[in-house]
Amino acid sequence: MFSEFLQYLFTGITIGATYALIALGFTLIYNASHVINFAQGEFLMVGGMATVSLMGMGFPMPVAIIAAILLAAVLGVALQRLAIAPAKQADPVTLIIITIGASIFIRGIAQLVWGRAYHSMPNFSGSEPVTIGGAVVSTQSFWVLGVGAVLVVALVLFFTRTMTGKAILATSMNKGAARLVGIKTQSVLLLAFLLSAILGSIAGIIVAPITFTAYDIGIMLGLKGFVAASLGGLGSGMGAIVGGLLLGVVEAMTAGYISSDYKDAVAFGMIILVLFFMPRGLMGARVVERV
Amino acid sequence: MSTKLLRRTGFLAATLVAGVFTGAQAAEPIKIGTFLSVTGPASFLGDPELKTLQMYVEDINEDGGVLGRPLELIHYDDEGSASSARNYASRLVRSDRVDIIVGGSTTGGTMAAAPLIEQSRTPFISLAGAVVITDPVKTWVFKTPQSDRMAAERVLTAMQERGISKIGLISGTGGFGRSGREQTLAMAENLGIEVVEDVTYSPSDTDMTAQLTGIRNNSEVEAVFNFGFGQSPAIVTRNYAQLGIELPFYQSHGVASNSFLDLAGEAANGLRLPASPLLVPDSLPADDPQRPVVQAYKEAYEARWNESVSTFGAYAYDGLQLAVMAIENAGSTDAEAVREALENIQGYVGVTGTYNMSPDDHNGLDADSFRILEVVDGDWKLID
Repeated sequence: MFSEFLQYLFTGITIGATYALIALGFTLIYNASHVINFAQGEFLMVGGMATVSLMGMGFPMPVAIIAAILLAAVLGVALQRLAIAPAKQADPVTLIIITIGASIFIRGIAQLVWGRAYHSMPNFSGSEPVTIGGAVVSTQSFWVLGVGAVLVVALVLFFTRTMTGKAILATSMNKGAARLVGIKTQSVLLLAFLLSAILGSIAGIIVAPITFTAYDIGIMLGLKGFVAASLGGLGSGMGAIVGGLLLGVVEAMTAGYISSDYKDAVAFGMIILVLFFMPRGLMGARVVERV
Repeated sequence: MSTKLLRRTGFLAATLVAGVFTGAQAAEPIKIGTFLSVTGPASFLGDPELKTLQMYVEDINEDGGVLGRPLELIHYDDEGSASSARNYASRLVRSDRVDIIVGGSTTGGTMAAAPLIEQSRTPFISLAGAVVITDPVKTWVFKTPQSDRMAAERVLTAMQERGISKIGLISGTGGFGRSGREQTLAMAENLGIEVVEDVTYSPSDTDMTAQLTGIRNNSEVEAVFNFGFGQSPAIVTRNYAQLGIELPFYQSHGVASNSFLDLAGEAANGLRLPASPLLVPDSLPADDPQRPVVQAYKEAYEARWNESVSTFGAYAYDGLQLAVMAIENAGSTDAEAVREALENIQGYVGVTGTYNMSPDDHNGLDADSFRILEVVDGDWKLID
C-alpha cells in the first residue's frame, strides 16, 4: 500500500519538477514584461529535438546538449528582438498574441526540419532503475530533480546577489522608476527571454528521456507549465515551483487512485477552486491597484 | 470602398467560374478524395498513408489511369481532429464532388465524417481500425484495417494457448484505445478469460508508472495487454520494463511499426503483438500468397520515400487498390455501381490480408490475417 503511494509520489514529483521549470520560464518573462510567453513550450521542444538530432549526427551527448541550449538561447533572443521588440509599447495582450504566433511559427519550422516523428533519448546515466521502499524510480528522475534544484538555487542567487538580477526585479516592480534610475529596460527584457529560453530548453532536455520528444511536445507541456504558474501565482518564483510540484503530484495521485480519465479534470478543477478563492494564485503577491 | 470590394468580389467570382469551365474541358479525371491526419498526434498514421496514396496515384496514372481516365487525388489534412475531418469530408462531397473517398486515419475522424458521406451517397473506404466503422454495416462505408475486435480475439487466443486465464488490461482513452478496451472486455468474456485489472491512460500522458503499479501489485494477473496507439504504448513499454514486471506482455496492432521499436528500445524485448505480415516480409513462407504483394509494396515505398515502410501506409495501399478494382469492375464511376462492386470483391490479396467483402462484411478480413510477432533483440520475429 505504502509502496504504491511512494510510486505515485515519485512519479508526480518528477513530472511536477518539469512543470515547475517551465512555470519558472513563464514567471521570468511575466515579471519583466507582464507578457505570458506562450512560446515557452517551444523552447522545451527545441532543447529536446536539437539534442536528439545532434546526437543522431554522431555528436557526444554533452556536446549535443550544450549546442541545443545555445540554439534555444539564440531563439529566445531572436524572439524578443524580432517579434516582441518591434511591437514597442504595445499592450501586453498584443504581445501575448505575438508569442502565440511565434510558437506556431517555431513549431512549423521544427516540423519541416525534424519531421513529425517522436524521438527517444537515452537516459543520462544507466537504464537500470533504483528501488526505494518498494517504489521504482528511474535514474533520469534524479537528474530532473537535481538539475531542477540547481537551477532554482542559481536563479535565487542571481536575483538576490547580482546587480543584473536586481535590475530585472526592479523592472518588474516598476518599469518607469527602473528606467529613471538608469536601468535599460529593453535589455532587461532581452535578458529575461534569454534566461527563460535556457531554462525551457534544459527542462526539455532532461525530461526527453522520460517523455520522448517531438515537434509538438511543447503544446502540452507548455500549457501544463502555464497552469502550474497560474496555480502558484503568476510572477512568483516560489509559486511556480509549488504550483508545478503540486500539479504533478495531484495528477499522479488521481491517475493512481481514481482513474487517469479524471486526471486532467481534477487538476483543472483544483485550479478553478484556487483561483476562485485566491485570484492571485497560491503564492501571488497581494497587490493593491493604484488609482 | 464598397464599390471596390464589389468589383473585387466580381472578379474573384469570374476567375472561379473560368476555372471551373477550363477544368471541365480537360480529360475528366476520376476524383479520389481523402482526408488524413498528416500532422498532429496521429501523424504517424496519416503521413505514410498520404505518401502511399500519392505514390500509387502517380504510378497508376503513368500506366494510363483507370478506365482510360487519370486519377486525381484531392487531399485535406484533418490534423487528427474529428471536427476537421467532418468539415473536410463535407468539402470533399459537396464542393469537390469526388467519386470515392479513401481516407480517415482515425476512428474518431471516420465516425464523425461517416454520416455525412453516407448522406451524400459516396463510396467511402476508411483506413481506421475500430469495429464500429463497419459493425453494424453502413451501406456506403468500408474499411481496410482489421478491426480491433479481431486484434483482441487474436491476442486473447494467443494468450489462451499459453495457458493464461487472468489478465491485466491497460488502454488509452483515445478512440482507438477506448474501442479496443470494449472489444477486449467483450471478447475476454466470450473466451472465458478474466480481466482482473482494467486501467487507462490519456494519449497525452507522459508517464504510466502509476497505472502499471496497480497491475504489478495485483498477484492474480498472469499477463498484461496494452491497447493503445501513438507514442503512449512506447512509454507504457518503458515503464513496464522500469517497474521490472516479468509477466508476458502483449500490445495491440496499433504499435506494429518500426518507429515503435526505436522509441521503446530495449524495453520492448519479449513483448508480443498481432501485426501485418509487412513487418516480417522475409520470414513469410514462400507459398504465402501475400509474400510477393508485401515485398513489392515495401520495396516501392522505401525506394520512393527513403524511410521504412509502415503498416498504416499499407491500409492506404489496400484502400486505393480496392477502390480502383471496384471502379474497374463497375466499369464507371457511378456511385451505386462502384459501391456494389466494392461489396462483391472476393479474394483480393492485399498487404494487410486477403479481402472477401460481402453485403454483411464491409471489412472482408478475418482474425487470422494478423500474425503474432515477438520482439527479439529489437527486431520482429514471426511466432505464429
